[in-house]
Amino acid sequence: MENKELVIADLLRTRKAKKFSLWLGLIGMFMMFAALSSGFIVYTASGVDKGIKTILPHAFIYSTVAIILSSVTIHFAFQAAKTGNLVRQKSLLIFTLALGLVFFVLQLKAWGILTERGIYFINNNASQSFIYIFTGLHLAHIIAGIIVLLRCYIGAVKPIAHDYNVFRMDLGAIFWHFLDLLWIYIYVFLLLNQ
Amino acid sequence: MSSTVISHDAAHHGSHDHHHETFLTKYIFSQDHKMIAKQFLITGIIMAVFAMLLSILFRIQLAWPDKDFPILEVFLGKWAEGGRIKPEFFLSLVTIHGTMMVFFVLTAGLSGTFSNLLIPYQIGARDMASPLMNMLSYWFFFVACVIMIGSFFVESGPASAGWTIYPPLSAVPTSISGSGMGMTLWLISMTLFIASQVLGGVNYISTILNMRTKGMDLWRMPLTIWSFFLTAIVGLLSFPVLVSAVVLLIFDRSFGTSFYLSDLVVQGQILPNEGGSPILFQHLFWFLGHPEVYIVVMPALGLTSEVISTNSRKPIFGYHAMVYSLVGITVLSFIVWGHHMFVTGMNPFLGGVFMITTLIIAVPSAVKAFNYIATLWRGNIRFTPAMLFAIGMVSFFVSGGVTGIFLGNAALDINLHDTYFVVAHFHLVMGSASIFGMLCGVYHWYPKMFGRMMNTKLGYLHFWLTFLGAYLVFFPMHFMGIDGVPRRYYAFTEFPFMEKWVSVNILVTWAAIVAGLGQVAFLVNFFGSIWRGKKATQNPWKSNTLEWTTPVEHIHGNWPGEIPAVHRWPYDYSKPGHDEDFISQVVPYSQTMSSNSYHDFEGDEEAIAIQREWNKENNRSVEE
Repeated sequence: MENKELVIADLLRTRKAKKFSLWLGLIGMFMMFAALSSGFIVYTASGVDKGIKTILPHAFIYSTVAIILSSVTIHFAFQAAKTGNLVRQKSLLIFTLALGLVFFVLQLKAWGILTERGIYFINNNASQSFIYIFTGLHLAHIIAGIIVLLRCYIGAVKPIAHDYNVFRMDLGAIFWHFLDLLWIYIYVFLLLNQ
Repeated sequence: MSSTVISHDAAHHGSHDHHHETFLTKYIFSQDHKMIAKQFLITGIIMAVFAMLLSILFRIQLAWPDKDFPILEVFLGKWAEGGRIKPEFFLSLVTIHGTMMVFFVLTAGLSGTFSNLLIPYQIGARDMASPLMNMLSYWFFFVACVIMIGSFFVESGPASAGWTIYPPLSAVPTSISGSGMGMTLWLISMTLFIASQVLGGVNYISTILNMRTKGMDLWRMPLTIWSFFLTAIVGLLSFPVLVSAVVLLIFDRSFGTSFYLSDLVVQGQILPNEGGSPILFQHLFWFLGHPEVYIVVMPALGLTSEVISTNSRKPIFGYHAMVYSLVGITVLSFIVWGHHMFVTGMNPFLGGVFMITTLIIAVPSAVKAFNYIATLWRGNIRFTPAMLFAIGMVSFFVSGGVTGIFLGNAALDINLHDTYFVVAHFHLVMGSASIFGMLCGVYHWYPKMFGRMMNTKLGYLHFWLTFLGAYLVFFPMHFMGIDGVPRRYYAFTEFPFMEKWVSVNILVTWAAIVAGLGQVAFLVNFFGSIWRGKKATQNPWKSNTLEWTTPVEHIHGNWPGEIPAVHRWPYDYSKPGHDEDFISQVVPYSQTMSSNSYHDFEGDEEAIAIQREWNKENNRSVEE
């Protein structure tokens, strides 16, 4: 009996630490984008010919709506996981995944619009290259996020133990919300500099 | 103390039973912090030897620039045709020496080893928060090492743009031979390395904040843990910035963007890149690069604090001041990077700001140096090899730190920038100090790692050869630097004003060779003692911290029974009234009534009343 309590206490402590690690990881990821932001500011300030010098494509507005919606769906998926409603959890996860993919496609579409305007990644005005860097690196994180969502989905399909499922969903939701907030930060930053 | 080690069957400690380990899971893909620490250490030692041999090679070139050494051609082939090292290869040697020493030896080898070993041990945890991430951290590091060494086997040679990889040399693959494939491999290797450091760092912070045993509040943590904690924070905030810098560099190199490149003509060809700024890279690089030097030195400061206190048989002087100075260094480390860039045409006002922040770092650094000396003062010093290395560390930290005050001054730095004065400064304060901290740690915690003792006499030999060697190598460089001799130059005979320094170079090179040979004493001792060293007792240094309450034989989960609770800070050495000169952290105050003082109870009125009563009954008078 005493052993069992010890196991549970150990497990809870380890989970708390893992969740904390995730937060730390998010700080690290944010630092990467903070560095890019300051790089952008320093670069753009270096001459009047620098700067985004275009209006950001509307596709970014739609992708913003998609990712905000996906944050809502994953929140409810997490709530469903907590109450043990696996069917609801799975369907909401599917919604979230679909919205994630829509976001991905819309970002690519925005790139297409930019290149149609003659704003290429390979560009002597690197402020414009920065748009691709910001969105591209964010998309790389979105890919990681989609893998996380798939893992949550697999957990619900199997299904894994309730407490573990909730824990996995908790971490997954935090990461996905972070990606949402990160995009909003990037978008606002770019809007302010367009 | 012995009450904490209940050697009953390790299978009875909760979640840590049922381990069927194979050779692969125990020695190769281990998730046990103790094994991962050893993996980091041994890989770090191999990288250190490799990087040291590189330095001996370029030292030979610097001492005898006009002499042929046919044996070099045997080993290096086309890079030393006719027995003389080629200029391109010379640049590769200094680049890879710097990269390996700074990142692979003094970051991963030092932090990786001791954070992994000591964090769970000293805070009282079964293992790291995420053993899997810990394992991944090591393997990313290992692959990074293999790729970096692998770059010696590509036709165009390893990277040669300096460890700081400034563009355009690093960004234009056609500029010099080392800018080609070698540079690409450098970037891949460093990306993996950063992944390793971030994984490791996140784990260290999380473990320290979440997995401490009962009673181990932050102010009872040994200074080692404080230093690993703050080092990991610095790493977490600064390494991702290097990722950003490297991502942009990779796009400039391989995709044709112009973040860092502008108006270049290379090999007669006009490059299409325009509008980029190499200074931007320097800003991003040094935002990591400067904190990196504290990532390197802070763990060394933590290890020496512990070793100096233990071997002086005295509490560390100014424990709180030591912690606050580490915190001060951590914060300041992020706002001084501009001092590496005084000569980039920086606005003098901005230069002034960076100068002030830089000079302020001298304050917490000096607090630490004085506290070390005050700890040693009138201590019952035991000159173990670890203690000698710890004192050596303090010596280098002081003598190298003083020249930091010179270099931190923008007006002086304009003269001294990129000269041997800088080389002397950072090799003493960061290189030698950190490596001495690391060696001090190896000698001190070897019994904990391998269950055996290292040979003391070989340790002394190793210390003196290394200590004197390091000063003989780096001290003369100050004078060369003041004379204006630039760093990274291939042959001193090419410039008349530098020729007078060739004789000094010969002294320096001989000193480097002797110090290098001194490391053989260490290698023999280190690897030999694994099998032939004297068996260690549980607490060979009579130390207070928790790791010495674990059994000598490593077990999964560290403690056989429950994890012991902590009752006091780790520096109760030579406490008046106690029969021994140390009191382990796990000993409750109720067992040490004869040595308790009232401030031990931190205002706990009930405990103070009990102590007062006991003192009265036993005619013990203690100042209140």
